[in-house]
Amino acid sequence: MIEVRNLTKRYGETLAVDDLSFRVEPGKITGFLGPNGAGKTTTMRMILGLDRPARGTVTVHGKAFDQLAWPMREVGALLDARAIHGGRSARSHLLCLAQANNLPRRRVDEVLEIVGMQEVAGERSKGFSLGMGQRLGIAAALLGDPAVVMFDEPVNGLDPDGILWIRNLMKALAAEGRTVFVSSHLMSEMENTADRLIVIGRGKLIADCTVTEFIAAHSRQQVRVRTPQPELLARLAVSAGGTIRDDGDGVMLVQGLGPSQVGDLAFENGIRLHELAPAHASLEAAFMELTASSVQFHASVPADAGRTPAYAGKAT
Amino acid sequence: MTTTVNRMTPIAGRLPQPAGKAGFAGTLRSEFTKIRSVRSTYWSLIILIVVTVGVGALASASSRPGNLGPHFDPANISLYGLVLGQLIIAVLGALTITSEYSTGMIRTSLAVMPRRGTVIAAKAVVFGAVALVTGLMACFASFFLGQALMSGHHISTTLGQPDVLRAVIGGALFLTACGLLGFGLGLILRHTAAAISAVVGLLFVLFILALRLPSSWQVSKWVPLNAGGQIWQAVPSQPSAHMFSAWTGFGVLCGYAAIAIIGGLILFRKRDA
Repeated sequence: MIEVRNLTKRYGETLAVDDLSFRVEPGKITGFLGPNGAGKTTTMRMILGLDRPARGTVTVHGKAFDQLAWPMREVGALLDARAIHGGRSARSHLLCLAQANNLPRRRVDEVLEIVGMQEVAGERSKGFSLGMGQRLGIAAALLGDPAVVMFDEPVNGLDPDGILWIRNLMKALAAEGRTVFVSSHLMSEMENTADRLIVIGRGKLIADCTVTEFIAAHSRQQVRVRTPQPELLARLAVSAGGTIRDDGDGVMLVQGLGPSQVGDLAFENGIRLHELAPAHASLEAAFMELTASSVQFHASVPADAGRTPAYAGKAT
Repeated sequence: MTTTVNRMTPIAGRLPQPAGKAGFAGTLRSEFTKIRSVRSTYWSLIILIVVTVGVGALASASSRPGNLGPHFDPANISLYGLVLGQLIIAVLGALTITSEYSTGMIRTSLAVMPRRGTVIAAKAVVFGAVALVTGLMACFASFFLGQALMSGHHISTTLGQPDVLRAVIGGALFLTACGLLGFGLGLILRHTAAAISAVVGLLFVLFILALRLPSSWQVSKWVPLNAGGQIWQAVPSQPSAHMFSAWTGFGVLCGYAAIAIIGGLILFRKRDA
């Protein structure tokens, strides 16, 4: 369980995280969503005690991170897979981390096996591909058999195989009762993975809900219809209060009217329908819409419109 | 902390939760693994020994009997390579810290061991021990090779002579203190290039500048190389040079290292990693 209360962080003039409060519960995958530069990495760094908040507190299992008796046994984190010494072999890298928390040496081989890296364990990590580096970072996060795992954009730059592997791993970790907290700037990535969502934009909390609630609240009702008389139906739908998006080939998307309303409208006017189906706007669209408003608001502030917060570069 | 979380195979190793907390002993093992698991450690220590012994051998081989004077110090001559050795070890000390910043490893280190003072203490002890052992090898090798080269001219000395053993071991202590000074500068500056510049400035440029000042000003003895250099002399400097005694001078050098490390630690605990 991670608890964030009124967390605020400034880098110079930029407010990277602005009075953020949320909880991350065990047994679920909680997606941490926001556009690039929204403050996700900064928040995760503050959870790990790497950055000091200007205001507010973060606790893991009720304690500040640096008060945890065995940090690796409670929190396993992957923030930046490249943040390791390239001259050290995968095994030595994991060993030096394990020793810091008095973890048994055999645990190193166990996690190497979990991520499928036994073959390359003796090689120096500077030769690893992006996917390999990511696996090594995940191995490090799992070393302490932690109750909380935290991954920052774990699938960035991975091939489909790697993405599927990480997704299944996170599901397995959550099914084991662990707290899984994973950030992404892509809603499509979270749609199929996360149970809960915490959405932030410009450092502020935008939404904190389940994925189902998020869809219900943020996707407008839409109906997809296919008809040989699209012009007529479009005119009727507009006068009934709907809006139309013409997808061509007689297919259109009616927004603001339900499937029964569209069906009745067609029947009463003798229009043939070849297809009539309710459709939800994708989560990606809802997410863009939500975060766009936070971006728009700030874009109207001339002083730092569109400026990338200073930490974006430091994080790598 | 909650331990109610159910843990299952295959990912969970069902690790027992030991008593106590992650502390100095584990961090010390971790830091030792770090320093011995990269090749650059071995290369740079070999270079340190080769340069120190080599320069000492050159100085020894070129010493001839004749106008040597009452302050001729064959032990000191054979250890002359320490003038370059101090720079190498100080750069290595700085790299111990700055390489963690340049690779980003520092964040990984602190994410597994967030008690920052413990991390720095363990790093300093491991680096200090490695520096001392390497320093002893370099100094004894320099001494024996240097004396062998000078024995042909009958100007060599032995470990049994007054203060000679202290000078040879003192050379290793001097290297260790210089290394720790570099370590502290690395902690303050965090960037390799900046730390190396500071090391060279402090250990070398100050020494050269002080040569131009009148000795009656008594500034020269505070220069790190002059203060720390007294401990690897078996024959004391001339009184007119206004130098510290062997152990006082070494204490001054240790004081510089302590100031750098404590200053660095204060910053390290305050700053974002």
